[in-house]
Amino acid sequence: MQNGNEPRTHTIAVLVENKFGVLSRVAGLFSARGYNIESMSVGETLDPSASRMTLVVRGDEFVIEQVTKQLHKLIDVIKVTDLTDESHVERELVLIRVNAEPSNRAEILRTADIFRARVVDVTAVSFVLEATGDEGKLEALIELLRPIGIQELVRTGKVAIGRGSKARVRRVEPPRKPRVADDPKVVGFAD
Amino acid sequence: MRMPGARIVLECLKRQGVDLIFGLPGGAVLPIYDALYDFQGLRHILVRQEAAAGHAAEGYARTSGRVGVCLVTSGPAATNLVTALQDAMMDSIPIVAFTGQVPTHLIGNDAFQEADNVGITRSCTKHNFLVKDGNDLGPIIREAFHIASTGRPGPVHVDLPKDILVKEWELVWPDQVHMRSYNPNYEGHPGQIKRAAKLLARAHKPILYVGGGVISSDASAELRELAELAQLPVTQTLMGLGSFPMEHPLSLDMLGMHGSYYANMAVHHSDVLVAVGARFDDRVTGRVDAFAPNAEIVHIDIDPSSISKNIQVGVPIVGDCRRVLVKLVEALREELREDPAPAVREGRRQWAAQIAEWKRDFPFRYEWSDDVVKPQYVVQEISNATGGEAFIVTGVGQHQMWTAQYYKFKHPRMWCTSGGLGTMGYGLPTAMGVQAANPGKLVINIDGDGSFAMNSQELATCFTEGLPVKTVIINNSGHGMVRQWQRIIYKERYCAIDLPGIPDWVRLAEAYGCVGLRVTKPSELVPAIEKMISTPAPVVLDVCVDKDECVFPMVPAGGANTDMILTAPTRAVRDRAAKSQTGF
Repeated sequence: MQNGNEPRTHTIAVLVENKFGVLSRVAGLFSARGYNIESMSVGETLDPSASRMTLVVRGDEFVIEQVTKQLHKLIDVIKVTDLTDESHVERELVLIRVNAEPSNRAEILRTADIFRARVVDVTAVSFVLEATGDEGKLEALIELLRPIGIQELVRTGKVAIGRGSKARVRRVEPPRKPRVADDPKVVGFAD
Repeated sequence: MRMPGARIVLECLKRQGVDLIFGLPGGAVLPIYDALYDFQGLRHILVRQEAAAGHAAEGYARTSGRVGVCLVTSGPAATNLVTALQDAMMDSIPIVAFTGQVPTHLIGNDAFQEADNVGITRSCTKHNFLVKDGNDLGPIIREAFHIASTGRPGPVHVDLPKDILVKEWELVWPDQVHMRSYNPNYEGHPGQIKRAAKLLARAHKPILYVGGGVISSDASAELRELAELAQLPVTQTLMGLGSFPMEHPLSLDMLGMHGSYYANMAVHHSDVLVAVGARFDDRVTGRVDAFAPNAEIVHIDIDPSSISKNIQVGVPIVGDCRRVLVKLVEALREELREDPAPAVREGRRQWAAQIAEWKRDFPFRYEWSDDVVKPQYVVQEISNATGGEAFIVTGVGQHQMWTAQYYKFKHPRMWCTSGGLGTMGYGLPTAMGVQAANPGKLVINIDGDGSFAMNSQELATCFTEGLPVKTVIINNSGHGMVRQWQRIIYKERYCAIDLPGIPDWVRLAEAYGCVGLRVTKPSELVPAIEKMISTPAPVVLDVCVDKDECVFPMVPAGGANTDMILTAPTRAVRDRAAKSQTGF
């Protein structure tokens, strides 16, 4: 197009009706229009009738504008927010099964400790590590473990939430008993 | 009140105000047909192929302003319907399509006549539903009609498993539709409307480019008021034809690939271009970087995703065309209260003179012949005979473009054509739907021999249902538009385009119980058209025309609108056209 903007990675939060077929509507939109999804994660929200998707999409401003408009055009989409230029927190979880021979078990544990990763499964020859963080942190961890020998690696894709007090998910049901996340005293978990 | 799901469907249609459905029965929808047997107040028209039911619903919707409805069975019926759904999707036509589905416990089992209907129609409908619980039937049907007819209109598909239709449920009919995720914006932003008015008031070379949205939102009167208020020339897209009277002095006819020279030149040289309910389709813009290069563009559209999709727009206005035009007229009247600056007045005077010159020097034209019927002449004579007061439907191809160029459209909602998808075979079934929605009115399907052949079986429907559609076949014994491209762009390497005189359309019409007429000489044309119009039955008028005739002007695909080919091209022009063709 006439738009010379450089492509960059955007994190887009999409609130959708928790209905049959929604996921394929969103995925179908991307394939039909030739956009690429880098990652996508979906889960229920406080309101069980709505789900929240976090999409990571790469594109120039023009592409991203079309992506958000087209997403919004889907009947089951309630709200679309591009979080990229807003203050937000994003996290991804990774599970890594890494070779753990006696000679490098200590090093793996030290590395895990630095990244605040946890060992969630142990065998005589392997560890499964669980780590959360933003993309940069996880990439760094993976690069450090790679020479030791990663057997298998699973990533959840990114989830993201805006910082501050503004709620992005309009609750349609009467407020329920506050959960931990609703309690204003709990501002976040140490990280 | 408890009743079988099939009965609920019919009750809901009735409450929704539906009086007519087009359909074709089959296993999975038999419960609905059983309920239809003694149901009062709903006419069913039995078509001969499912796509025809969809197109007929489109014709009904386009000309009546109401939602068209069709009903077909599962599997192959649903897949046949897909073409009509995508057609309605591209042209923003509100229809609700019901398909049957195998019983819920068999879904996914590869049962007889099973297809993943909602999976297949997901990308060619505005929205679709699979009914999994009979208690949802009413709310879903209510939402389906709401979604189809509001915002940017479009097709909605409802898939009905057979067990849902058989079992008894409570009829639930919500008074209103409330959807938190779907709230189209109808009112344009006042600040943007004001900006548009200021631009128009100061423009030296303004132009209005109007499309099907003006027709969908019934904004013709407001459009005319705006055009006349500031003496703005108006060019219409293929879908917008009829939104502005063609014989109006401000009309520049159609623009785009086969549009008028004056419309394309005026768009190219404009300094303020206001697009109303149009979507900058590639057939309109030609090469996008050469489209209206000096214009400040205002785009009024109800669909935000249409704005800045193909062309970057300076003043976007999201809203219903009619409501926005009302406000724009008000705002412009305010702006025009002060006399325009002398430079503006002089600029506008020169602009009007320039446009008049283009119109005088480069009208639509063709070479007359005493021996062979020219296709353009056929359309002109239909236009003369009807005075622009008939409903006109076309197939897709050369005849469609000639109709768009030479028919003098007067009123909105009297023109149906497959604009976005270009669906050959669209003509006859759509004309049927138009006739059913407008009993007693003259409906003419101007078709091509290739296009007509794709749905000619619907002559049977016309005959048995008493739908006296008049079809004029512009018969050039081949796929004329393909022939034209092979002639101009592919160096006369003609391939797979001949349809040599088979079938005999007159005898085919008679075989279907219709009246067949044939014209082979120019002198026979006018009497034949008169006879066709005065015949109360469905008629097929087969007009054998000059097969070498091409549609001009023509912008080769990928070319700029200023690269128009105006007449039969020389070798040099053909080579240039071949070169500018993208990808070849």
